[in-house]
Amino acid sequence: MAEWMTLAEAIAANVHDGDTLAMEGFTHLIPFAAAHEIIRQARRDLSLVRMTPDLIYDQLIGAGCASKLTFSWGGNPGVGSLHRFRDAVENDWPNPLAIEERSHSDLANAYVAGASNLPFTVLRGYTGSDLPRVNPQIRSITCPFTGEVFAATPAVRPDVAVIHAQKADWRGNVHLWGILGVQKEAVLSSRRAIVTVEERVPSLDAPPNACILPHWVVTAVCEVPQGATPSYAHGYYERDNVFYRAWDRISRDRGTFSAWMQQHIIKTTNFEEYLALQRDQQVQAAYQ
Amino acid sequence: MSEPYTSEEMMTVSAARMLQNGAVCFVGIGLPSTAANLARLTHAPDAVLVYESGPIGAKPSVLPLSIGDGNLAETADTVVSTPEIFRYWLQGGRIDVGFLGAAQLDRFANINTTVVGPYRKPKVRLPGAGGAPEISSSAKEVLIIVKQSKRTFVEKLDFITSVGFLSGGNSREVNGLSGRGPSAVITDLCILRPDPVTRELNVTSMHPGVDRERIAANTGWKVCFADTCEGTASPTGTELDTLRDLKARTAAAHGMLGDAE
Repeated sequence: MAEWMTLAEAIAANVHDGDTLAMEGFTHLIPFAAAHEIIRQARRDLSLVRMTPDLIYDQLIGAGCASKLTFSWGGNPGVGSLHRFRDAVENDWPNPLAIEERSHSDLANAYVAGASNLPFTVLRGYTGSDLPRVNPQIRSITCPFTGEVFAATPAVRPDVAVIHAQKADWRGNVHLWGILGVQKEAVLSSRRAIVTVEERVPSLDAPPNACILPHWVVTAVCEVPQGATPSYAHGYYERDNVFYRAWDRISRDRGTFSAWMQQHIIKTTNFEEYLALQRDQQVQAAYQ
Repeated sequence: MSEPYTSEEMMTVSAARMLQNGAVCFVGIGLPSTAANLARLTHAPDAVLVYESGPIGAKPSVLPLSIGDGNLAETADTVVSTPEIFRYWLQGGRIDVGFLGAAQLDRFANINTTVVGPYRKPKVRLPGAGGAPEISSSAKEVLIIVKQSKRTFVEKLDFITSVGFLSGGNSREVNGLSGRGPSAVITDLCILRPDPVTRELNVTSMHPGVDRERIAANTGWKVCFADTCEGTASPTGTELDTLRDLKARTAAAHGMLGDAE
């Protein structure tokens, strides 16, 4: 049953050191506010899962929250590299990061398998690729009907999923729309699910076939306006492309990154304070 | 005199020309997306652009900066989930053309987007596979757009992320890959196509002002030129105007000066 609570309460109750954590959102509805709270609460040794690690995991990795990353594409979309991710993989900074690398098709399928209570997924994939050579979890299976050989890979079964959505009603039924990514599958494959939303509404008034997560598959729901910025929330605000570019400068250097993290996340008490700092042109001038 | 243009514009225009009207095209972000949208805005208004984030039939007014920009969803015929796009639409055999970029490629158009150097101790950690391994195997054909240099066109890949023709010859067929593989690689210097038998990439068309020596100097293997090698037609005024308008709209919309690439 979904329980309305503050984001700090939701993270404290549901994200523990050592957990396998999936924070999803395919360039849209990325749960940045929740990631910041995880950093504030100094979670450690997380096994992170996400198709597109993006800035959100660059921040978690650079902050030392993660010991493992399962992913399929790790870049700053439209800009370039994820410098904190690369520093962890190339130089073990701030700590070694084990990686389990897969393809988009595989990882999307693996969430479906997790949500379907299956231990593995089957796909036409990886033929001729070196990925199975470096990821022993990518194996093969022979079809019992045709004898064809397919790739077989383990399901994703996170301890906790975190997503951001546009709306939830008073009971905690969640409605999201636009680019849906694998959010529904992430929630349904996980033991616990935290959903942050743009707004709490009396009634969803959603059309049939809308993407709804019923309140009884959600553990905690939190009202966090702008909670997906610098990504976007369809119908609410645009992607902050300027920040994605600024992140390239902020994250390139360990010192600048650490100073930014201290000022914007660790020393703020919540996402509202972070947003206020982002609006403060004097503060931001230091990172231009 | 024809209008001056850059080698990147020549590359984008030549890649756009490859996309046939009505083709269903699975589009990678960056250069492939620019070329596919240029095709849609010029000779291929009925091309169906599919993005891995879920939009099918996207008709963006500006180039997306990320693979999941809102403009793709708003202009699409439908938006499906990411598992569905890969399962029903790509693996299901609905994609005519996969349009990919590459960090490195070899003479058989195999692609590396994973690492330079050893996997466990990489010199450069690249973004990784994304959707490319399954696009390159399941799309009926593949187009690759990439800037040509000895750094990108290498003798031996450090890592094969997505396959072209593997070790050449009939190795795609032997390995049971359903799609036909890369039909062309379009660069800022030339167009390369696979030899019908060996499947090695041969230069089939050189862009205006580019000679064989320059192509050879920017290729990490001893590149061959097809007997039928010809000159690429310069961009037309319409092609250039459409591309430049698209880029100007994109820059204005994204609040930036440069390219989405």
